[in-house]
Amino acid sequence: MSAALDILTIVAVSAGAFFFLAGTVGLLRFPDALTRLHALTKADNLGLGLVVLGLLPLAESVRDGLKLICVWLLVLLAGATVSQLIARAALASEASRQRRDGTPP
Amino acid sequence: MTVASALEIVLAALVLGVAVWTIAARETFAAVAGFVAYGLLLALVWVRLDAVDVALTEAAIGGGLVGVLLLGAAARLRTTEAPVAVERPGEFLRLVAALLSATVAAALAAAVLFLPDPAPTLAPAAAANAAATGLGNPVTNVLMAFRAMDTMLEKIVLLLALVGVWSLARDRFWGGHPGPRHQADPRGMLAFLARLLAPVGIVVGIYVFWTGKDHPGGAFQGGTILAAMWLLVMMAGLTDAPPVTQRWLRMVLIAGPAFFLLVGLGGLGLGAAFLAYPAAYAKPLILAIEVAMTLTIAVTLGLLMAGAPERSAER
Repeated sequence: MSAALDILTIVAVSAGAFFFLAGTVGLLRFPDALTRLHALTKADNLGLGLVVLGLLPLAESVRDGLKLICVWLLVLLAGATVSQLIARAALASEASRQRRDGTPP
Repeated sequence: MTVASALEIVLAALVLGVAVWTIAARETFAAVAGFVAYGLLLALVWVRLDAVDVALTEAAIGGGLVGVLLLGAAARLRTTEAPVAVERPGEFLRLVAALLSATVAAALAAAVLFLPDPAPTLAPAAAANAAATGLGNPVTNVLMAFRAMDTMLEKIVLLLALVGVWSLARDRFWGGHPGPRHQADPRGMLAFLARLLAPVGIVVGIYVFWTGKDHPGGAFQGGTILAAMWLLVMMAGLTDAPPVTQRWLRMVLIAGPAFFLLVGLGGLGLGAAFLAYPAAYAKPLILAIEVAMTLTIAVTLGLLMAGAPERSAER
């Protein structure tokens, strides 16, 4: 049982780390704000979710496990809201740049 | 080399790299972004050193609160940034500044390197007397009992900082609402987040304060979270910053230091010395002071970030 849980921990945390790596590469390589946000949310939502899933078997009590899940849910909420706000600001500044320069998108 | 020490080396290198980048960054905004990342990395360093109380404070103050203050300053400086960048100081001035900075860095490094081994510490004394207050967290013991004077004066300094911010108000706005009135779509993202997150955040803030008596946490960390929730609700336009002349606001602002001072004077009159708690009531007294301080810290930090009064109270 504990070996299976250990394997779950290793696989889930490694997969989570992979998503963080992929998200970081995307953040550095993608061309504009919206695609970079897309890359970031993968790290926040899936990466952190997998890391939390992997750490759950190591939690000492149900209370600690619930705290871990709360951390993930709060990051989900904050991440989703902030990416929406950043995306809107990026769209607005792009639109005003086009109006000023008269260039098509 | 173990995994842990490899992690520590990478972390230290990252902190140094971000620090250099923050100083070298040309744009104010980029430097502030570097500073926030630096604060968060430093919090991780404190966690590695098993100083979770310090880590919480560093993340809340160094990464969060000071970051927001500096972002506000960077936004105000944006219009003047280009002309200032043109006027670079002369070679001589820059050389002297570099020399001074290098001397300070070398002196700090020497002070750390030439510390006697083992370094002088009061930790055993603090641990030996931990039972005197009935609190389980040695950091809270030091802050609220053994060095209570420092903690009290620190809160008074915070009030002075707020007075300094308020004194930047124009005469006609004196006594008005701090900062701009935030307008946000009442059915939009930010208002939704503020409605959903604020109740959770308030519970977390109170929990962080309450758990501070036995575990890492305390009035300052809890108060910072409460302040952040207040700011979020203000920024979402759900509530307005109160006029700075409000009586209740002033009362909350002085509640923490005033109650602390009162208890201290009580110790002078009834007990052994200024700020000496009677042994039987040490824990309830410390908790009562912390309740008052959490409120004061939350309101003070919230108002510090809201800024100087910019609108008159009549509207």
